[in-house]
Amino acid sequence: MATADIHTTGSFDRISKNAADSTFAEVDDLDRVIPAIEFRNVRLSFDERTVLNGLSFKVMKGETKIILGGSGGGKSTIIKLVLGLLKPDAGQVLVNGEDITDYDEAQMMRVRKQIGMVFQEGALFDSLSVYNNVAYRLHEQGVPEEEVEPEVRRMLRFVNLEDAIDKMPNELSGGMRRRVGIARALIGDPKIVLFDEPTAGLDPPTARTICELAMKLRDLEDVSSIFVTHEMNNLDYLCSEYAVVNEAGDVVFEREGERLCLINSKVMMMRAGNIIFSGTDESLRRAEDPYIQRFLRGR
Amino acid sequence: MAARAFVRLFRRPSYIPEMIAQMDQIGVGSLTIILLTGFFTGGVLTVQTYPTLKTYGAQSQLGLLVATALIRELAPVLCALMVTGRVGSAISAELGSMVVSEQIAAMRALGTDPIRKLVAPRLIALLISLPLLTVLADIVGIFGGWITATGLYTIPSSVFITSVRDGITTDDLIGGVVKPIVFSLIIGTIACRQGLSTEGGTVGVGRSTTRAVVMASIIVIIADYFLAKALQVILGSG
Repeated sequence: MATADIHTTGSFDRISKNAADSTFAEVDDLDRVIPAIEFRNVRLSFDERTVLNGLSFKVMKGETKIILGGSGGGKSTIIKLVLGLLKPDAGQVLVNGEDITDYDEAQMMRVRKQIGMVFQEGALFDSLSVYNNVAYRLHEQGVPEEEVEPEVRRMLRFVNLEDAIDKMPNELSGGMRRRVGIARALIGDPKIVLFDEPTAGLDPPTARTICELAMKLRDLEDVSSIFVTHEMNNLDYLCSEYAVVNEAGDVVFEREGERLCLINSKVMMMRAGNIIFSGTDESLRRAEDPYIQRFLRGR
Repeated sequence: MAARAFVRLFRRPSYIPEMIAQMDQIGVGSLTIILLTGFFTGGVLTVQTYPTLKTYGAQSQLGLLVATALIRELAPVLCALMVTGRVGSAISAELGSMVVSEQIAAMRALGTDPIRKLVAPRLIALLISLPLLTVLADIVGIFGGWITATGLYTIPSSVFITSVRDGITTDDLIGGVVKPIVFSLIIGTIACRQGLSTEGGTVGVGRSTTRAVVMASIIVIIADYFLAKALQVILGSG
């Protein structure tokens, strides 16, 4: 994590002053001992096909779990289980220590307030403008309009899309739609954010922008997240760079090195519903498994 | 699904604006085809039945025959089939597209119940609009019959109107409203159900839309048969 010299000024409105200390405070703060997300021996099959085969893992508070794997490996299914959009055939799913495995829709509505979800194609409501898309959760909760607009603008500034506030989704590029999706997911300041292949199909500079947003959430907002991807560039960005606020109040991205090593991003690799690797990106690159090596090299 | 929609209808947040928007799309939007359907159905009924009535010297009963056939059967069923084609397909396609583009999943992730937000307003709009459209079709159909009878077959207007007035009973009117209420539930439930269970991308949207229209049309026709008999028994006119 970055040093403690963070200012609440400049282009970013609300920054956690304690974000820098959060990783080191894990052993002292009992609340941080409880994982943000935990899977215990989760199994799920569709028809005859096993999608998840006794999956167990944790995402600690303030941690980003990058889930890598090929198509059909069960990565997106994990996210749907966390949100309660799917139910496991066996095992338990816990969110902030609460067992949500058998929760019905009404109970899940309460849990989902703690979670933001970024869908693969953005999943914007195409009959609503950018403003109404981002404001959706607040409108559903009946928040007065005078409180909604500043919050929407704040989120659109975070994703650098305030100018697009009145546009309709069909007027946006793919990258812009994803960013609006991120802004919508962050309304209500959820402490858990789920990214389901948010850079799929995007050009490298736009994909980089999406990763920078995820880094800002991790490093400046102490958000716990699952980042599902099969792109190695994303792994490189998220595991090797971090966001800090410089003296001018601007958010900049620095690479880890001798002075600093990121420990709040972990990698989990999946194949055919099983975890075949769990650890840091450095140990992933040193793994001897032939499948992992082929995956890393892209062939 | 319909039961869930109605049970949750009165919980917060309410979706009155969505309901009103749907009533505009379903009710006002279907006016043109319903008026045309009613008018020409009344006209063709007159054209087809006049020769037979003339054989038996019963031309004076033309208004009664046209009105009762329209009010009891033709207007409710034809309106339901028209609305199934226009509205049922649109509902199924819209909800199906939302499913395949993950908008329904996004809605659930953002804490909204899709049944309350999407299904209930459409069901309520159909429940209100279809009976009203059917009554309109009855009126316009009788008008179409009158135009044809007086214009084509030179039947005196007073004869036609008198036979209409004397022939329609309260039971006919009750049945003519009960049927569209039942049909609206059938159309709305099937269209929403098919839309929300869409699978397989854009091909799946086409499939579920087709299934919604076909299934709703068949069930409306089957339900009409049983409703007609049930109404006869209940109203004592059978």
